[in-house]
Parts: sequence; structure tokens; C-alpha cells
Amino acid sequence: MNPRLYPLLTTIGIFIVGYFLCYLQFPNILSTRVVGNLLTDNAYLGIVAVGMTIVILSGGIDLSVGSVIAFSGVFIAVMLRDTDLPAPLVIVMLLVITSAFGAAMGWLIHALAMPAFIVTLAGMFLARGAAYMLTIDSIAITDPFFAAIQNAYWLMPGRGRLTLIGVLMVVVVLAGALLAHRTRFGASVFALGGGEQTARLMGVNVGRTTVLIYAFSGLMAGLSGVVFSVYTGSGYPLATVGTELTAIAAVVIGGTILTGGAGYVIGTLFGVLTMGLIQTYLVFDGSLSSWWTKIVIGMLLLLFILLQKGLLRLTAFGAARA
Amino acid sequence: MIRSLQRITPQLLTLAALVALVTLFFPNFISISYDGARFVGPIVDVLKRSAPVALLAVGMTLVIATRGIDLSVGTVMAIAGAVAAYAITSGFGLPATLALALLAGLAAGLWNGCLVALIGIQPIVATLILMTAGRGIAQLITEGRILTFSNNDFAFIGSGTVYGMPFPTILWLATAILVAALMRRTALGLLIEATGINRAASALAGVNATVILIAVYMASGFCAALAGIVATADIRGADANNAGLWLELDAILAVVIGGNSLLGGRFSIAGAMIGALIIQTINTGIVLAGFPSEYNLVIKAGLVLVILVMQSPNLSADWFYLKTLISERRTARAERKEAS
Repeated sequence: MNPRLYPLLTTIGIFIVGYFLCYLQFPNILSTRVVGNLLTDNAYLGIVAVGMTIVILSGGIDLSVGSVIAFSGVFIAVMLRDTDLPAPLVIVMLLVITSAFGAAMGWLIHALAMPAFIVTLAGMFLARGAAYMLTIDSIAITDPFFAAIQNAYWLMPGRGRLTLIGVLMVVVVLAGALLAHRTRFGASVFALGGGEQTARLMGVNVGRTTVLIYAFSGLMAGLSGVVFSVYTGSGYPLATVGTELTAIAAVVIGGTILTGGAGYVIGTLFGVLTMGLIQTYLVFDGSLSSWWTKIVIGMLLLLFILLQKGLLRLTAFGAARA
Repeated sequence: MIRSLQRITPQLLTLAALVALVTLFFPNFISISYDGARFVGPIVDVLKRSAPVALLAVGMTLVIATRGIDLSVGTVMAIAGAVAAYAITSGFGLPATLALALLAGLAAGLWNGCLVALIGIQPIVATLILMTAGRGIAQLITEGRILTFSNNDFAFIGSGTVYGMPFPTILWLATAILVAALMRRTALGLLIEATGINRAASALAGVNATVILIAVYMASGFCAALAGIVATADIRGADANNAGLWLELDAILAVVIGGNSLLGGRFSIAGAMIGALIIQTINTGIVLAGFPSEYNLVIKAGLVLVILVMQSPNLSADWFYLKTLISERRTARAERKEAS
């Protein structure tokens, strides 16, 4: 079997084992209510993590996404409050803005040959600052269109709610997986993650691909912002501080290698769900406090990095012997 | 001395320009008065408030010089602050409290250093682990509350004055000077730069790169613990959620503004310190000049962008190309003149 599949299978395995252990202690955790909530509560994280996966697969990093999500919520709330524009148009405008923002960062990274880390750090300040400049208060979204999305759910057997945003997350993950593993763009992303020189020799248009990668991440962050504003029903410039790092953690736990070039988008979904599962377990238990989430996620992160290191060494060893 | 001054000239000019700009909007900015016990004035305030970022930047400069990065410093601040507040409220004396907090910082650095140097994880990922988990650990210590205390000796570190100067200012200046002297008066600085330029080559040349790397991360943890102690003593409380939040990014920014390349290989602590002062002057200046503080982040982003463009290897290559082109033309013209 392809050794590159090992991290992905481990992720899925850990998720299933974890879910089973939780089930032994709290049989209710298998109910469709919990499953539905798991999808709904983590929808915004899942969507932004898909964008992050593509960026990391290309060997980059995008620190701006948390700020972009906050900006999106504030932008939607302010536009709906102060103008008469219909909600769908506002959403489209937002997605265009965030994609353009991502594209601009991609262009800077390529044209100036600067580390993605520092360019997207500037982007992080800029997006958060733009959100602050729009408002410093939390603004409620009372638009009927948003209320309709909020209340759109399918009642699963067992009274679990499969919400529209939960389904959207799964759809985005599937679309991201197709994009990464079945298109020419995806092949370019993987090639770039393997090494820029190699990618160039393979005939990849490095500049265009870099711009597209960060534009896609911006688009996903904008979409995640829409979902987050639906989820919370408001826009707040201080929201989702640190989400970029949670998303990176989800990508790594999902089995994608942070140096780029190897990984699967589906793994990211399981990374997000594993993190959600820890949170759910803590809620069920009630006696453990939420800070354990951070510690456990940190330990999982370490575990996966060590696992990948070990696997890389094993495969290198195998290749040397063959 | 003159050469090192020459190197930080752009940073000094930027700082001077900023001070002039802020003074233009807020004429009282450069006024300093003495009220019988302490100096007061916006400049003194800037010098005091830059303490956390400046302290972090000392450690961060060394880490970045080895081509690394330490994302965990903000979290280590929170941990050290939580440890200090916990120790002082449970009746430890001041020396024991400080020792425990600094030990926590050293332990965090040791952890990061081992992940980077022994296991070979890239620094950004290795320190991300502590950045994620560390805030949880800090919350574990404070049990999720803001741990307050009322020990005046400890509070002195955050808000006391010595000969009218705020104590945090003296602390960060002393730390920066000590570390810079240690780096430049011994071979340590050279060894760190060698490790940053090429770890494998420096190891072959006899530098114990593994030990250097671990030591650098421990220094960063130590500086972060100092910053955490100052921040905690200043507000007389440990806030595990917000202490040091985003300061890792400000520290990196201070180092980069200070003229240090993120690609490592050479460093200037003086530059990083001026970088920290520039950041704090912007923060204070925006407030004093009457801009809403919401503009703060956007202005900072603009500043980073300008510095990025100036530091870009592509641009400097273009500039170099232009310069050679001009000098070639000049020689050609001179030759033609001579010929005619």
C-alpha cells in the first residue's frame, strides 16, 4: 500500500477509536443529534481548513484567515444594516473581496519572493484592522435571508438536525478534494509543494498557481466568514482570534505534511472532526474544563508530527533498501 | 561601534521620523517632566510599554538568527505569568516566585529546542505545538480565572521606578545590553550566525549546532518569561487568555523592522530594540495624535508591507542590476570621451 496513505488512515483510525471510546462512556454520543451538531459547530472551521490544506500542500502558510473570517462577519453585518442591498449580493461582494485579498497576498509572495509567513502576517493585521475600522461593536444580523439559512435543516431520524451549513462544509470538503487530487491546478499545487525549482522544470506556471492558491484560501476564508456569521447571527471584529492556528492544527492532524507536497483534503475533515469530538467529549463529561481541549490538541499535533517524521524515515529507509 | 551604528541608521532614521511625525500631531509628545518621584511624559511611557515586546524581541532575534522562529513566546508569557501569580498567592517569597517563573520559561524553551534540534521538526511547527497547548497549561494553573495578587514587591517589577525611571525600562535595556555584550564580546554570536547560515556546514566545522539551537530557544523562553513577569506584575494579575496574545507577532515584527532577515545568518539586537521602540511609538502615537486606535492594525500592516518591499531579495536584485547597468554606461561614456 502507498505509504503516503498511512497518516490519513491513522487520522481516520484515531477518530473512529476516539468516537468508540466516547461511545463506551456516553452511549448518547452516537445519536444523530450529536453528529448533526458536530458538523454544524465545526462548519466554519472545516471550510477554512480546506483552503488552508491547499496552501499547506503547496508549501505555504496563510495566517490571515482568522482575521478574514472576522472581517467577513463585520462586512456582512454593516452592509446589511447600512445599505438596502440584498443579502445574496452582499455575500457575492464579500467573496470577491476576500478572493482578491488572497490573490494580492499570493502576488506579493511570488513577485517579492518573500516568505508567505510574513506576507500573510501583514494580511492578518490588515484584515483585522479593516474589521475594526468598520465597527468595534458586535452587530446583530437580522436579515430574513440569513434567518432562513439559519433555520434550514433536515430533521434526521433521532431528531438530529442536519443544518445547511453542516452540509455545505461536507460539500466544500468534497469539492476541495476534487480540486486538489483530480485537476491540473491540484497537480501544480502538489508540484509546488515538492519544490519550486522542480515545479518550474515540470512546466508549472509558478506565479499564476501561487496567486490562485492564496485567492482560493481567501475565498474559503470568506465563505467560512459567511457560515460563521450565520452560525452566530452577528458580526464582531474580535471574533475568531487564533482560528488560523486551529486550522493549521486541523490540517496537520489530518495527515498533511507541513512542508508541503503530501496530504489529503479528506484528512483535514477528520482533523476538524477529531478536534470537535474532543470538545464534545468535554461537554459530555462536564467535569473537565475547556482548557484541556487545547492541551489535548497540542499533544495530538505532536503525535502526528512525530508519526510523519517516523514514516518519512521508514519510507526513505525502504527506498534505500529497494 | 561606528560600523554597528551605521548598520542601524535606517531604523534610527525611521524612529526619528516617526517621533517627528507624532510631535507634529501632538506637540507635547517629546515633553518630559519630573514630578518629584518619577519622570512622566509620553516618551517615558513608550520606553516603559515597549518592555514586553523588547524583551521578547531579544530572544526572538537569536532564534531568527538561527533561521528559526518562535511562535510560542506569547504563550510562554502567559505560562510564566500564571506560575508567578500562583506562586506569589500561595505564599512563596519573591525570589522563589521569580525563580519558578523563569524556570517555566527555560523549560518551555528546552522543549521547543529539543523538538527543533533533536527531532528535526521545522521551527514554525515545533513552536506551534506549545503555542496551542501552552495557553491551556496557563489556564490549568490559573484554573481559568484571572489570578490577582496584592504583593507590592512583585508589583514593583511592573510599575516601580528606580531614580525616576520605570523599572520595566531598566530591565529590558539591561537585558538587551547584557545579551548583546555576551554575543559580541564572545564567539557566541558568531556561532549562532554560523548555525543559521548552514547548520550542517557549521557542524562539520566543529560548531555544536545542536547545543546552540537548544540554548537559543531556551534564551527565547527565558526572555518570554521575563516579559510575562513584567506584564503580570504590571496589572497585578495573570490572565491566561489574554496575556501576551499576539505579542509573538509583534516581536517578530520588531526583529524584522530592526533589519534582521527572517532567513537568519546575521543579527542585530540593537536593531530589534529600535524595532520594538518603533512599534510602541506607532501604538502610542496613534492614540496621542487622536486617531481612533482602530487604525493601529491597518497602519502596522502598511508598515510591514513597506519594509517587506524594501527587504525583498527580488527588488534588491533588480536594484543591483540597475546599479551595475548605470556604472557600466558611465564607464562606457568615459571611455568614449577618452577615445575622442
